[in-house]
Parts: sequence; C-alpha cells; structure tokens
Amino acid sequence: MTTYSYFPGCSLKGSGRAYEESLLPVLRALDVELEELDDWNCCGATAYMAVDEVRACVIASRNLALAEKLSHKELLAPCNACYLVLNKTQHYMKESPSVQGAIQKALKAGGLTCKGTQPVRHPLDVIVNTIGLDAIRKRVRRPLTGLKVAPYYGCQIVRPYATFDDQYNPTTMDRLLEALGCTVVPFPLKTRCCGGSLTGTLPEPGLHCSYLILKEALRRQADVIATVCPLCQFNLDSYHDKIAGKWGAVRIPTVYMTQLMGLAFNMNERELGLYRGFIPMKPLPASKPAE
Amino acid sequence: MKLKKRIIQYEAERVVGFADEIRNVPGCEELRSCIQCGTCSGVCPLSTYMDYSPRQIIGMVQSGFKDKALRSHTIWLCASCYSCAVECPRKIRITDIMYELKQRAIQERIYPRRFPIPILAQEFNKMAQTHGRVTENVLAAIMFLKSTWWTAFGMWRLGLGLMRRGRFPLHLESIKRKDELNRMLKTLDKVTIDMLHDERGKGEPARGGGR
Repeated sequence: MTTYSYFPGCSLKGSGRAYEESLLPVLRALDVELEELDDWNCCGATAYMAVDEVRACVIASRNLALAEKLSHKELLAPCNACYLVLNKTQHYMKESPSVQGAIQKALKAGGLTCKGTQPVRHPLDVIVNTIGLDAIRKRVRRPLTGLKVAPYYGCQIVRPYATFDDQYNPTTMDRLLEALGCTVVPFPLKTRCCGGSLTGTLPEPGLHCSYLILKEALRRQADVIATVCPLCQFNLDSYHDKIAGKWGAVRIPTVYMTQLMGLAFNMNERELGLYRGFIPMKPLPASKPAE
Repeated sequence: MKLKKRIIQYEAERVVGFADEIRNVPGCEELRSCIQCGTCSGVCPLSTYMDYSPRQIIGMVQSGFKDKALRSHTIWLCASCYSCAVECPRKIRITDIMYELKQRAIQERIYPRRFPIPILAQEFNKMAQTHGRVTENVLAAIMFLKSTWWTAFGMWRLGLGLMRRGRFPLHLESIKRKDELNRMLKTLDKVTIDMLHDERGKGEPARGGGR
C-alpha cells in the first residue's frame, strides 16, 4: 500500500466531481491511498498568471508547503492546470532568485516552509509508470473489448514541461487504454487546445477549438473520448447544443480515463459518476466477467 | 475587391526601453533572440482569430510598440496551450511573455470595455484571494454580470443541466485558514514594493532599447 499526498483542485469539487469520484476507488483498487492536503487553496490556474505571476506562484507554493508537511514522498495533482501550475512554481523557485525570495518571505509570514523539491505527479503518470500496466491487466474484470476510444490528453499535461511523455504525441494513455481492452483510434489532435476558458468568455474561437476535436474523434469512428483534465471534459461535453447550432452536431461522449478504468474493473457506473456527463455513454456490450 | 489600408507605425510611437522592461521579467529573458520565423503563429491553434499573429506581437514588443501590443486582442486570445513555447527554435517562452503583456494591460487598464477575458482573470483572482478557492459557477455568474451580461441568457440550459447532474455547487467553497493566506499575500505586497524601489534605484534602463 502506497500513499500519496493529494491536491484535488477546485474543479474536482465542483463541475469535475466525477473525476474525483472515479479516481479514488480506482486507485484504491490498485492499492494506492490518497491523503488530501489539509486546507489546500486554489492553485491560481492560468487566470492568476495573467494578473500577477509572482502572486500566482506564492499562492501555489502554499500547497507545495502543505504537501511537504505530510510525510508522503510525492504529490498527486489530477487536474492538468493544477499539475502545470505546481510544476511551474517549482521551476520558478529553482530558476529565479527573486521569485524564490518572494515566496520564502511570504511563506514565512504564513508560518510555512517549502523546499520546492517534492515531485508533483499526474495520476496518468503514476498509474502507468509506477503502478504499471501489468497490475492494471490483473485487476481488469470486464475488458472493454470493442470500445473504440480517442485518447485526448489536453495541452498542459505535456507542455511546456515534458515531464513523463512527448510534448505532441504522448502515448501513455494509449497504452493504458489498450491494457483495459479498448481499441485506441489514431488521434492526431490528442494535445491540441480545447479552447480552455475561452469557451465561456469568447465562444466563437473557444468552441471552435472544441468542435474540431469532437469532429476529428467522430471521423476516426471513436465511440468515446477519454480525458485526463476536468476543463477538457467540461468543454468537450457540455457545449454540444451550442456547437451544433454553429457548425453542426458532433455528438460523442467524453469521459475521464479513470471512469473507463472503473468500468473495466467492473465497478458500479453510478458510483463512477458516469451519469454526470451530458452525452451519455452507450451501454457496453455485455461481456462475460473474466475468471 | 476590398483594399486593405496599410497601417504605418511611426518611430514616435515607440516606448524606448519597453523591450528591456519585459526582458527583465523572469521567464521573458530570451525575448531579444527572436528571429521572426513565424513558427509560433503557425502552431498557434487560435492565431486565425487574432488581430495580430504571435510573431507580430513579439516583433512589436522587441521594437517597443507598447501601446499597440497591449491593446491587441491577441494577448487575450492566448489560451496558454504552450505550443509556441515548445516549438520556438530560439526557446522563447512566448506564453510567459503573453502573461506579462496581459498583466501590463490590466495594470494600465487598457483593454476593450466589457471584454470578458480580463474581467474573468481579475474576478478569479479576487475570489482565489478572499476565499482561497474558486467556485466555478459563482465565478461565471460574476463574470457575466460585469461583462456581456446579456449573453448569460444563452447559458440557462447549461446551468440547468449542470444542476441536474449535481455539478453546480450552491455554496461558496472556501478555506479554513484564510488569515494564513492573507498574511502571506500582505507580506508579498511589501516585498514587491521593496523590489521595485531597488530597481528604480539602479537608474534608467539603457537607451535605444538594449544591446
């Protein structure tokens, strides 16, 4: 049994709660426990960086300090934006003496300390590279044979820091999905931008980004898109009526990679939060549970 | 055929030393090494919607056309996907430069009225600062009220759908130790002011925009 510190981020408590609902039981099934940081705060995401970069690093560093207080070796951040911001803060602490100085002074005022060296990891990385595909295959009770999946990674998980995979053509999730029995369709738009927060602020360019990804997934005859980021899931799943009104219908469900894992582990669909999506997933072909 | 009017930029519009100011910001050091190859504009998924391409913005900043760069829509359309930053042959962190330009545009209050993106960024910060966490639906509501509120009517279906699926929290998320975060940010304000004084003490930046 390994335990990681866990930084859920605001989305996983709000619109992306299905991600947390599926992540926790799936990791528990793989003998991994998560300890949520006590009183964690918002990481700042991209919006904070746009107003004040040093302040953004400081509020993110509070979480790094809280994580270092716990005795676990690594910190898990399932949201792509949180994952990047926490990593970026550590990079700035290393590179820029002025940012490092500001952070240390601010933390001291809050009665905290932070070295900025504890690895921050994404669940996708931990599941495939630490837990390993063999352990996953052993745990699969109902292989998702015949389910065609388009793996969509989003941008900030691999860019700008290629922490565990290629910056344009990552394959970690592809291998994971294959281990679950899925058919992975070739998906060249796997790291193209989904529009980020533009879908809410400037729908015309923002939704067009989402539309292109959905259209490509349909063209590749995927049944479902798998994501690892709450904002990607939200953008690809929630705006279907608006997209249909502008460029034509491109209905395809978007789920979290952890939900597909849960299905393959024969967990309850409702408990995995699958009903929270706007476009429902088609029922899986009834396959016999493996012995 | 519609003739496009050519816009001439005059020497007088340049702000001498602007490029140096940006270059001194952590993350933006490589600005001067841009060779105007246009790779950033080519890989940018949003460049077709921009008024100036990322390459043009970098060129403007390099030559000190501050006003034009800060007034552009380009800086706000950048969705922070970092495609340009990883492809740039001169390793310029274009995304970070865009962040810096956004910050300056907000500081100097030069962005289009009721333009939702800078309003969202500022409201996000206010919420993250006062409550320690961000409640997305409340944030979206505040953003719409302060910007293009009439477009919010088109969102009723989305809101209802989120509510039905239990993804629309009705209370404001918040941390317990707000005073701790407050103390940290107050100290930081003091630190940054001290840093600014230090930098002003060093005198004017070199004339002619650097090297």
